Amino acid sequence: MPPTETIPPDQAAERALAPPPRTIRLEPTHGFSRVLSPSELWRYRDLALQLVVRDITLRYRQTALGAAWAILQPVAFMAIFSIFFARIAGDSTEGVPYALFALAGIVPWIYFSNALLQAAESLVINTQLVAKIYFPRIFMPLGVVGAGGIDFLVGLVILLAIVLIYGIVPSAAILILPVVILVTMMLALGAGAALAAINVRYRDVRYAVPFTIQAWFFITPIVYGSSVLSEPWRTIAAINPMVGVVEAFRWAVLDTPHPSWAILGISFGSAMVIVFAGLAYFDRVERSFADVI
Amino acid sequence: MPNVAIETHEISKSYKLGLAYGYGTLRDSLVGGLKRTGKRMVGRGGRKQHDSLWALRGVTFEIESGETVGLIGHNGAGKSTILKVLSRIIEPTEGWAEVTGRVGSLLEVGTGFHPELTGRENIFLNGAILGMRRAEIRARFDEIVEFADMGRFLDTPVKRYSSGMSVRLAFAVAAHLEPEILLVDEVLAVGDAAFQRKSLAKMSEVASAGSTVIFVSHNLATIQALCQRGIMLERGQVVADGPVGESVNHYLRVLERSASDDLLERIDRDGRGQEVTRISRVALYDDESGLADVVVGGRPARIVVEFTEQLPMMECELTILNSLGHPITTLDSSLSSPADRRQPELSNQIECMLGGLPLVPGRYRIDVVLRARQEVQDGLQAAAYFDVEPGLVDGRPMPETGGDGDVVLPHLWRLPPF
Ligand SMILES: Nc1ncnc2c1ncn2[C@@H]1O[C@H](COP(=O)(O)OP(=O)(O)OP(=O)(O)O)[C@@H](O)[C@H]1O
Ligand SMILES: [Mg+2]
Repeated sequence: MPPTETIPPDQAAERALAPPPRTIRLEPTHGFSRVLSPSELWRYRDLALQLVVRDITLRYRQTALGAAWAILQPVAFMAIFSIFFARIAGDSTEGVPYALFALAGIVPWIYFSNALLQAAESLVINTQLVAKIYFPRIFMPLGVVGAGGIDFLVGLVILLAIVLIYGIVPSAAILILPVVILVTMMLALGAGAALAAINVRYRDVRYAVPFTIQAWFFITPIVYGSSVLSEPWRTIAAINPMVGVVEAFRWAVLDTPHPSWAILGISFGSAMVIVFAGLAYFDRVERSFADVI
Repeated sequence: MPNVAIETHEISKSYKLGLAYGYGTLRDSLVGGLKRTGKRMVGRGGRKQHDSLWALRGVTFEIESGETVGLIGHNGAGKSTILKVLSRIIEPTEGWAEVTGRVGSLLEVGTGFHPELTGRENIFLNGAILGMRRAEIRARFDEIVEFADMGRFLDTPVKRYSSGMSVRLAFAVAAHLEPEILLVDEVLAVGDAAFQRKSLAKMSEVASAGSTVIFVSHNLATIQALCQRGIMLERGQVVADGPVGESVNHYLRVLERSASDDLLERIDRDGRGQEVTRISRVALYDDESGLADVVVGGRPARIVVEFTEQLPMMECELTILNSLGHPITTLDSSLSSPADRRQPELSNQIECMLGGLPLVPGRYRIDVVLRARQEVQDGLQAAAYFDVEPGLVDGRPMPETGGDGDVVLPHLWRLPPF
């Protein structure tokens, strides 16, 4: 055996000064123990931040267009939709120019669908980490959902710029924008976490996710306005939480008429149900991820 | 101040096996679920759940901070599983453990790296996971890079690293981020010999700085050099726990007993191809006497490995170890010589011819690994034992037991006249 070295004195002193190490008890857990444990999440807050930074770095490194992608995607969709769907939308656009109307739906949708897709993959893609190191697993979907926020902001800036170019001045309703954004992100997290957890166990789920997202796109008023539906269907459709999100979004930036409280309430309620059910499911199966991944 | 770093109490871990669980497809699960429900309704099958496998059963031990502990045991004994429990990757099914201090680990699964990130970024990410501040990581950064010998690859995504390089970096990170507890599984074997030496030195440095080290290895020599204490696991249970020498001896005795079992029955195997081919018999023959497993030193001998199914491109690796479990030499057919032969009349059998067996009298052990298409198909430790009787090497008597070393090299002297 090679001779062993002694620690340099400064290092030894550093150790002596360090607070006594924390004892962690490892035992079988039951019920909602981890995701919903704020102290555990707080302890790992540095890591959560690092993961978001990591996901942002990766996103901009892996795409040739980098940040331009965040601008190009919504603008390209806006152009395509204007050409093909303007007629379908008819006068459901509440008098707003169609391009603008569509863009106000596209911006939250692109964020939501990308975040959902990536969150669903987040655990299986990070097998190397999950199989090796402990950390609250929710950070994986949380990381991509948070990192996507940058693209979301970029899209929002584009949207607001175009709104102003069209000469529309948003009303005070714009103040609810942060709430709408938060709800969208939480929804992506809740649904994404559930999909990520299912994905660990059942690898065929990954093929179902893009399909689901596409179907979801069509039942959400993005290329058309909610008013194509007549009541009571219009209100019932709000069970899809993205209906409320998109409507509130348009109300906030385009100054379209205030969506009914029923629609907002139903969408918000169903968003919360999805968020809690998704997180609860994730939490329940989290402890066995490393057994099967 | 002997405070306890790790305490485990009656830890058990069961893995669920079979279709209805993990890594299956949703379709299988739904179909399986329907079938079970159907059976239950018809009144057959009952509520029988998935098959499960107990990887750990009632493991209890206490490790004081600063101890170095070697974990030994057959393949599948549960060594990796206990490390995973202690590093919090998997949850025990029963029992509990208390771990005090920051844990750095190098497990057999996962490097802890993100394949798309560069080595540099991964070092910082790993540090954050261990709960270190950026400044702390920066202070150790150069040391890590130098230790792992990363050179120009520092800013290359980790997915382009060779497996040896990933392990080097993973070890460097785990060992340099000042863990109070360092858990190291066998993975070090992936690195080259120089790196293995360096990392063993690093581990003993970490240990002498007061950290607790748990080290898993099949190499009993390194275990004995590094660790004071040895814990042996067998089928998920602690069967020996004490000074490293005693635990190793216990392990060697158990190994020897299992060599006389039918090899096909043994479950402590390595490799993935066991459904396809399995080692069925291993023996060493003295070419002159024709006797199996007893040879006279210096005489030609051959090791014969028999297996159940012949595959294309088969290779064999034999390791000969002495009675203390120290490897003496490894014979690998993939390092071929022009004099090697592929013989059509050899079926389900590989032979290794040893010119004259240059071993001193004593008892030796043979470990066998069978490969085909570059993949390990089957592997057995202690597949056979043999005794060497005193003999002559090139007409020269060999030292009786008690000499230093196990090998006698064929040699000649030039001496001044009488
Ligand atoms: N994720 C898993 N799912 C099902 N069974 C598993 C899983 N991981 C390990 N096992 C089983 O648990 C038992 C103990 O495995 P473990 O990896 O701890 O053994 P080990 O002592 O590390 O063996 P080796 O020396 O081959 O590394 C084995 O029988 C193994 O097949
Ligand atoms: Mg192992």
